[in-house]
Amino acid sequence: MTVQELPGSAAAAYRPTPPPAWQPRTDPAPLLPDPEPYRVLGTEAAASADPELLLRLYAELVRGRRYNAQATALTKQGRLAVYPSSTGQEACEVGAALALEERDWLFPSYRDTLAAVARGLDPVQALTLLRGDWHTGYDPHEHRVAPLCTPLATQLPHAVGLAHAARLKGDDVVALAMVGDGGTSEGDFHEALNFAAVWNAPVVFLVQNNGFAISVPLAKQTAAPSLAHKAVGYGMPGRLVDGNDAVAVHEVLGQAVARARRGGGPTLIEAVTYRMDAHTNADDATRYRADSEVETWRAHDPIQLLERELTERGLLDDGTRQAAAEAAETMAADLRERMNADPVLNPMDLFEHVYARQTTQLREQAALLRAELDAEEEAR
Amino acid sequence: MTTAAVKPATMAQALQRAMRDAMAEDPTVHVMGEDVGTLGGVFRVTDGLAKEFGEDRCTDTPLAEAGILGTAVGMAMYGLRPVVEMQFDAFAYPAFEQLISHVARMRNRTKGGMPMPITVRVPYGGGIGGVEHHSDSSEAYYMATPGLHVVTPATVEDAYGLLRASIASDDPVVFLEPKRLYWSKAEWSPEAPAAVEPIGRAVVRRSGRSATLITYGPSVPVCMEAAQAAAAEGWDLEVVDLRSLVPFDDETVCASVRRTGRAVVVHESTGFGGPGGEIAARVTERCFHHLEAPVLRVAGFDIPYPPPMLERHHLPGVDRVLDAVARLQWEAAS
Repeated sequence: MTVQELPGSAAAAYRPTPPPAWQPRTDPAPLLPDPEPYRVLGTEAAASADPELLLRLYAELVRGRRYNAQATALTKQGRLAVYPSSTGQEACEVGAALALEERDWLFPSYRDTLAAVARGLDPVQALTLLRGDWHTGYDPHEHRVAPLCTPLATQLPHAVGLAHAARLKGDDVVALAMVGDGGTSEGDFHEALNFAAVWNAPVVFLVQNNGFAISVPLAKQTAAPSLAHKAVGYGMPGRLVDGNDAVAVHEVLGQAVARARRGGGPTLIEAVTYRMDAHTNADDATRYRADSEVETWRAHDPIQLLERELTERGLLDDGTRQAAAEAAETMAADLRERMNADPVLNPMDLFEHVYARQTTQLREQAALLRAELDAEEEAR
Repeated sequence: MTTAAVKPATMAQALQRAMRDAMAEDPTVHVMGEDVGTLGGVFRVTDGLAKEFGEDRCTDTPLAEAGILGTAVGMAMYGLRPVVEMQFDAFAYPAFEQLISHVARMRNRTKGGMPMPITVRVPYGGGIGGVEHHSDSSEAYYMATPGLHVVTPATVEDAYGLLRASIASDDPVVFLEPKRLYWSKAEWSPEAPAAVEPIGRAVVRRSGRSATLITYGPSVPVCMEAAQAAAAEGWDLEVVDLRSLVPFDDETVCASVRRTGRAVVVHESTGFGGPGGEIAARVTERCFHHLEAPVLRVAGFDIPYPPPMLERHHLPGVDRVLDAVARLQWEAAS
């Protein structure tokens, strides 16, 4: 016999009810990602993809792959201190960047040089940080690309703040913030997503889940069903996309950007991809992953996926292929040549940009360096 | 004589007035933080701003200091001037990465392309009976970070003037508000506030010939009281209120020490690795031949901030300052 069945007792009237203040804030079901990463290439949907877009994505992928190879070669020549390659992830980089309008802003992590270049950044200027001549070699306002961010996930709240400010000013600007799977464990990831959702800020968060944070695999990074599932906890939709399918990435990003632009708020997108190279040239990936795994992903190469579709639709002849390869080679040759010239640096710049007005202390230190430089010059 | 109403005003009111005037003059000034809106801040420093300027200009944010400062960075990138409240000194620590890795160096990183005109208001210091994490003096951490200005007012007038100057600054300013002076009063006219001078200048609060007390923020009233007490014993103390720790006003400080030949640095932050060590070193480097005694420091003990029932033993008071002054009658061991 249960307590409720006791006739006439006070307990009989008791019905557990939720606390008075509790009510669901939103229906979680529409926010949940489809468990299968969204794909276009290799499905029937690919047939309706715009040929011009496919060819543009193809050219950018080929150029991006060549850029990664050239930059990696430059590290071996000592021209770059370090290069975090995005080989294997070009579809994410390019597909996402091309989903933005000119007035939108990109907030890249250190691995997202390709996305920055796809927005029109000079390939050499995008490498300044990694060459070591200055931290940011470009004007962030020119192409609306924030400085490549080295600390993990700290650029995400910047994207939220900028998007929020733009909306306050009445501009329909969207911010795209890119982060890796490891970055989703950082506190700033949480705070940025929470602020974005509460403020309904026009931001799109793109997580490139490339399998590893340096050496730590995703299984040791999170216990969530997927990184896209995290979205529901903040009250924003989560989407899973095949990160090697440039068309799918572009489409999903485009939808999220359009949604943000019309006031629909932020979206969290997880692109499932794979980092074919090591974390950087300083890392030995053979210590933490098997060759067989790498080979599995090689069969899912973003350029090959797109090539297959283009070929099937008769959009890729030898001429097109050659044109893309030549354009990439021209870019690489130019990059090589310009990177092989020693940059001309002015040591006095060290004191120029610390404050708007130099402090007395910095003026004194600048004078000291000036004297040292003059003495060096005289000794020569 | 001016007809502007001069009546007792508190430091908290002067700070509120500074934000209000800045917001009225410049639509890009935005106040943000936990509880700054409807409540008006736990110390009521932002009282009425949300009502007057709307919630878009004075925003109650989610409770997340890194998020508050991190979003302020993005807002500054888009041309706004955020004024961020960190509620309590030790609550600012989660925002340290944003402050140090981004706010302080964004101008430098971008060769001037992305200045960060952000004011970070941090109520700091003890003496109000706050429990753990509510009384830290963190200025040494901020001072050690190039790219930041660090200022702290000790008077009602300065609270207004320095906060206006900080908000107007194109560089980030950590604005340290001495909590225990929030309710200190002065005859001050909110209708005709003093002119705003650029930050970076110290001021002589009391002239004297025997020794210089170099101090700032919550320790300024302590030093003024000590100077008064010392006068009875024949010591004529000069009190220099730094107002700005970064940039540091070597000129005013050293001019004073060269006149008096003796100096004591007074602050409630810990002594080891604290601001006093830097100040004493600067003074010694520049005034060595004028010094009649070593530069002494009177600081908080080198302990985590104590529980409120013991804090009076930790905070440098008038007696401890006077003891140091007595030790200035120093003679080299023969």
